[in-house]
Amino acid sequence: MNALDERILAIIEKNSRVGIKELAVLLGTNEEEVINSMERLENNGIICGYHTMIDWEKTGIEKVTALIEVRVTPQRGKGFDEIAERIYKYPEVNSVYLISGGYDLMVTLEGKTLREVSSFVTNKLSTLDTVIGTTTHFILKKYKDHGTIMNKKHEDQREIVTA
Amino acid sequence: MNEKNKKVLSDKCTGLKPSGIRKFFDIVSEMKDAISLGVGEPDFDTPWHIRDEGIYSLEKGRTFYTSNSGLKELKMEIASYMKRTQNIYYDYNQEIFITVGGSEAIDLTFRAMINEGDEVLIPQPSYVSYEPCAILADAVPVIINLKEENEFRLKPEELEAAITDRSKILVLPFPNNPTGSIMTREDLKAIADIVIKHDLYVLSDEIYGELTYEGRHTSIASLPGMKERTIVVNGFSKAYAMTGWRLGYACGPKEIIGQMIKIHQYAIMCAPTTSQYAAVEALRNGDDDVSMMRESYNERRRFVVYTLRSMGLSCFEPKGAFYVFPCIREFGMSSEEFATRLLQEEKVAIVPGTAFGDSGEGFLRISYAYSLDNLKKALTRLEKFVNRLRRNREEQI
Repeated sequence: MNALDERILAIIEKNSRVGIKELAVLLGTNEEEVINSMERLENNGIICGYHTMIDWEKTGIEKVTALIEVRVTPQRGKGFDEIAERIYKYPEVNSVYLISGGYDLMVTLEGKTLREVSSFVTNKLSTLDTVIGTTTHFILKKYKDHGTIMNKKHEDQREIVTA
Repeated sequence: MNEKNKKVLSDKCTGLKPSGIRKFFDIVSEMKDAISLGVGEPDFDTPWHIRDEGIYSLEKGRTFYTSNSGLKELKMEIASYMKRTQNIYYDYNQEIFITVGGSEAIDLTFRAMINEGDEVLIPQPSYVSYEPCAILADAVPVIINLKEENEFRLKPEELEAAITDRSKILVLPFPNNPTGSIMTREDLKAIADIVIKHDLYVLSDEIYGELTYEGRHTSIASLPGMKERTIVVNGFSKAYAMTGWRLGYACGPKEIIGQMIKIHQYAIMCAPTTSQYAAVEALRNGDDDVSMMRESYNERRRFVVYTLRSMGLSCFEPKGAFYVFPCIREFGMSSEEFATRLLQEEKVAIVPGTAFGDSGEGFLRISYAYSLDNLKKALTRLEKFVNRLRRNREEQI
C-alpha cells in the first residue's frame, strides 16, 4: 500500500464509478499508475467488489433485513472459523462478523418476508450443532448505511455568489 | 427634519465604490436556475463534533459575553497552533485576540494603526475589503497590480516601486482569493527584507493558510525580525468550514493588539460566545477534518485546472485557497461582459476577475468549493460557451 493506493481507495469507496482517467486527474498522476495500482489492489483482495447502494424501500419491492446475534461453542483447533463458514455459505446471509461482547457472531440476513427470515433462523441457523442460541432483530428503518444518509438530499444553502 | 446644510450621509462612505461582487450578485439572483461557481466559502458543513460543542455550550447556558479579547482557552489554543504550525511564540494574553471573522481584524488593524494620509500597499487582485477598510480608516490605498506571468505573486521589485515616504502597512493576502496564488518561504524572505529596510508593517491575511496544496503554508511573521512588524489575521471560516460562525483572530505586537482590542471593545464587545466554544473544539480535535477537506479540494483543484486547460483556456496552477483564475483575454471582451453573457447564455455564474481589482481584467474567478458533479456540469457549459465564441470569431474572419 502506498499513498496513491490509499487515495484511490478513499475515492472509490465513496464512488466506484469514478473512471481511470478521472482518478488520474484527481490524484495528479497518469492513467498507467492508476491501472497498476487498481490491479494490485484487486489481486490482493483489497478491493473486493464494486457494488451499488440501493434503497430498496423506495422500489416497492419487499425485502426484510434482520440482524441476528448468534452464540456458539467454539470448536477445538478451529475456533469460530468453521461455524462462521457454515453460516456464510448460505446465499441469503449478507454478512457475518465475529464480535466481542455478549455474543459471538453477528449475522445479517436478507429475505423477502418475515416468515422467510424466521424460517431460516429456526430451521437452519438454530439447528447447527454448535449454535447455543440466537436473537433476531428485524430492521425497521435504515437511517444511514455505508456513510450515506438515506432520504436526505443535499441542498446547497449558500448564497449564490460571495466574495 | 434636517437642516439644508447638513448632509445625511458621510462623504467617505458614499464615496466608496460599491462592491463588484454585489453588482454581479444582483444580476445572478435574477436567474433562478443558474449553476454557480461563484461562492467564496467551503461547501462542507462544519464538522459535526465542532457543531456539537457549540450546541453543548448552549445547553450548558454559556450564553454570556466572554472577555473582550475572547475566551482564554481559545486564545491559548491559538497560541499553541501558531507555535506548532509556524514556530512563532505568541503570548495568548497580550498578543492574540478573537474577532468577528477575519474581516473585523482587517478593519481593526487599519483603524488602530493609520494616521490620516498613511499609505497602505494593497496587492490586487485580492479580497474586496482591504481597500474600502483602508479608506474608511483615512489611509491612502496604493494598489500594486500583480501579474499573471509571476503567477500573481508579489515580486520584490513591484513592492519596492510602490513604496513612498508615507508607506506604512503592506497587505499580504496569500494564499490569495481570487487567484489561488501562494507565496513560498523564499518569496516571503525577499519581501521581508524590503519591509524591514523601509520600516513597514505587514497585515498578513492567512485565512486560506490551511488550504495550501504543495508544502505547508509559511507565515511571514515566522521570518526573522518580522513578528514584531506583522499582524497575522486568520480565522475558522475556510479551514474548518465555519463561515457562518463569524470567528477570526489577530496575532501581533501587544501595543497594536491592545489598541485593536480597545476599538473591538467599544464596537463589538466580544466575538460570539457559542462560536468561541466551538472553535476551541476545532483547534483541539479538528486536524483530521482539515486534512480531509484539503485533500478533497486538492482533487477538485486538479480536476478544474485540467478541464480548463483541455478546453484551451490558459491558467497558471493555483497552489492555495479554492479558486482557479483562468485567462479569457482571447475573446476580446471584458471579464464582466464575459461573465454576464456566460450567465445569460449558459446559466453559469462565475465572478469576473475585476470584482477583485482592475488587474483582474481578462480573468475569471472559478471557485471549486463545489461537488465534482456540480463542477462537471458547470464546466461543460463553460466549454460550450467558449467553443461557440471561438466558432463565431472564426466565422467573422
